[in-house]
Amino acid sequence: MTATETTQTTTRTNLPTVPHPTEVEPRKMTLAERMYLPLLSGMAVTIKHTFQNLFGLRKKVTIQYPEERREYSHRYRGHHILTTRPDGSVRCVACYLCAQACPAECIHIEAGEHPDENIEKYPLVYEIDMLRCVFCGYCVDACPEEAIIMSNNYDMAYFNREQSIVGKSELQKPYTFDEDQLGYRPSYPEEEVQRAQMRREAFDLVAAAKQAEETGERVSA
Amino acid sequence: MPALAEPSLLDSLNDALDGLPEGAVTPDTSGGDQPALVVDRDHLVEVCRRLRDGDDTRFDLLMDACGVDWPEREERFEVVYHLYSIPRRERLRLKVRVPEDDARVPSLIPVWKAADWFERETWEMFGIVAEGHPNLSRLLTHEAFKGHPLRKDYDPAKRWLLTEDKIYRPKFLHLPEETDDDIFERMTINIGPSHPAMHGTFRVMAVLDGETIIDADLEIGYLHRCFEKMCETHTWQQVIPYTDRLNYCSSFINNVGYCQVVERMLDVEVPAKAVWARTVLSEFSRVMDHCVCNGTTLVDVGGLTNFWYMFQIREEIYGLLEACFGARLTVSGCRIGGLLADLPPDFMERSHALLEMIPPLISDVGKLVDKNRIWMDRSVGISAVTGEDAVNWGWTGPCLRASGVSYDVRRAHPYGLYDSVDFDVPVLYGGDVYDRYRIRMLEIDESLKIIRQLLERGMPEGPHIVDDPHVALPPKDAAYNQMEAMIYHFKLIMDGIQVPSGEAYGAVEGANGELGYYVLSDGSGKPYRIKVRPPCFPIFSTFPSMIRGQSVSDAVATLGGLNVIAGELER
Repeated sequence: MTATETTQTTTRTNLPTVPHPTEVEPRKMTLAERMYLPLLSGMAVTIKHTFQNLFGLRKKVTIQYPEERREYSHRYRGHHILTTRPDGSVRCVACYLCAQACPAECIHIEAGEHPDENIEKYPLVYEIDMLRCVFCGYCVDACPEEAIIMSNNYDMAYFNREQSIVGKSELQKPYTFDEDQLGYRPSYPEEEVQRAQMRREAFDLVAAAKQAEETGERVSA
Repeated sequence: MPALAEPSLLDSLNDALDGLPEGAVTPDTSGGDQPALVVDRDHLVEVCRRLRDGDDTRFDLLMDACGVDWPEREERFEVVYHLYSIPRRERLRLKVRVPEDDARVPSLIPVWKAADWFERETWEMFGIVAEGHPNLSRLLTHEAFKGHPLRKDYDPAKRWLLTEDKIYRPKFLHLPEETDDDIFERMTINIGPSHPAMHGTFRVMAVLDGETIIDADLEIGYLHRCFEKMCETHTWQQVIPYTDRLNYCSSFINNVGYCQVVERMLDVEVPAKAVWARTVLSEFSRVMDHCVCNGTTLVDVGGLTNFWYMFQIREEIYGLLEACFGARLTVSGCRIGGLLADLPPDFMERSHALLEMIPPLISDVGKLVDKNRIWMDRSVGISAVTGEDAVNWGWTGPCLRASGVSYDVRRAHPYGLYDSVDFDVPVLYGGDVYDRYRIRMLEIDESLKIIRQLLERGMPEGPHIVDDPHVALPPKDAAYNQMEAMIYHFKLIMDGIQVPSGEAYGAVEGANGELGYYVLSDGSGKPYRIKVRPPCFPIFSTFPSMIRGQSVSDAVATLGGLNVIAGELER
């Protein structure tokens, strides 16, 4: 440890020195450092990493996108979904709360009268400008009907700006929607605990399989 | 917050300001959150000089200066200066009121060099002239922009077509005379705006003599997105996603800073679980930010390997943030009164896994570069800044601590759980690129120490957000099924949180310095004015002075070490 490397702790009673330092004390090199010796330990680090990666001794960090995908949680704020009733009609009642809550002002709704008297309103037009959207999830928080939720889909690419304004047909998903693709939505704690449990079990299984494989390999070798 | 209005401060203020003419200084009676003085502009420079030099006051740091527009008042504009005394650990607010037809204040550059860009910004946003300022030109907006956008009568929806025929002309204020002895022909070059070494879109115009920079000027504002104006047109809750985009390398800290100020104005007590999670995740964000900064600095000087190790840490921390709040970069994790969502059930396991994964990678980077002469030759003694200069320039954060001044908001004004954990504030005395790198490595260790202590203590039980229907949305099942909760739900979204009128300044230790929010409310459900004090704003404004006399490659190394983030610099 050289003098400049020592750290100083200040507490509420120990006030910083006044006046402030008017000189700088740059770090001085030791003889070994001047002789480039610490580079050897650096070399050891890179060689260690190289071999670890080469022989798969460690989980590989790189994800081979798009063949491999990162696994996202069930809170991921991706592409929106308009949920539907069992009969396939949208649950949305065009109350405009999501449009009001949106900090990016990217939701456009036009309301129409619903034939069913108990429902009153439904959206004739429901558009989200995906290029304006900041994926904050405020629309999901605002919705009083659980009509808009988010999926964990993050692939959104368009050829022009007109395409990026997606309407009801793209947003609407059938009533029986694949659970694995769901993202941020009103949370139900029990469900989350269950999911975490399943995840843990899956991890354990993978680890056990890997261990079995390794020991098997060792036996065969 | 500590008791700010201690009589001792008022006494020392009286001593320091003794003998000034009648009416030069009057105490501000509008009832803000910290002591404030209304200063007559003719005596402003004198008052500031006395406050800075007085033995008992020593307000050595100009934190922030900004304008506020009050169209209905007789003296329409208010220039608000936030001063900080590092030895006293106290804040002071100065207000100068000026009428619209004579909107000018004296420049404070002779007292604090930090005033430079703050005054330029005040001029361009409000049209308040800082008399004596050497280069009062537009900073964040385009040169062809007309009007002063943060004035209340400027329509937020107004759009301009800004053409290229009027561009910023650099001003080289320190250019030495050209003599016949000059060996090389002078050359002016642009580094940036779009250059891999610039870490964002900044334009540095440098005059070179050979390879040495003899003067430089900066142009910023390419990423200006009217953050402060947009805040005034949205509800308090809607500002949170905007704050994500300030320092996007550690967006969670920005959320915390903003929510804390508003919570203080609302007088809301945040549940223990949220406070705990905010502290833990802030520290994870700080680790992430320091990793990005050090990794990219080392890339700039040719050490690519470290970048991969550092970014692996960042990737994994992003994974944790995503599991908590559903986004990796722009987390929007806080809500006023608590958190966006309860922490995931496997939060503890994931955090422990991170704590096991991070230290070996940090130590690998340490082994690669800490004592590496190639890196030391590029960094030791480069752009060395003394503590005195750094304070005068308004620096905070790791850069200031690398220059030997121990100021950390977490220690000086603890928020969250920082007063109950044991951690050191590392201080180094080199003030150069090497020490700025080193201090970040030491701070990563301290952050991990904080996280480890908090995880050992265990996650507090209870709700993640305050149970107050005037602040936080009611739980979803209540909103679906109960009439009253439904009404609160609609009221909160349509009208927003009703923050009582007043003003407050709150700060958190951001990853690159003190991140302050000066917030004014008029009780209407929308912020009246929000001013962000971005830590890298004063730091970057001194970049030309630092690189003068150095070579271009040193300038690149320096910029990396300052951790300038365009998102918060230009808002």
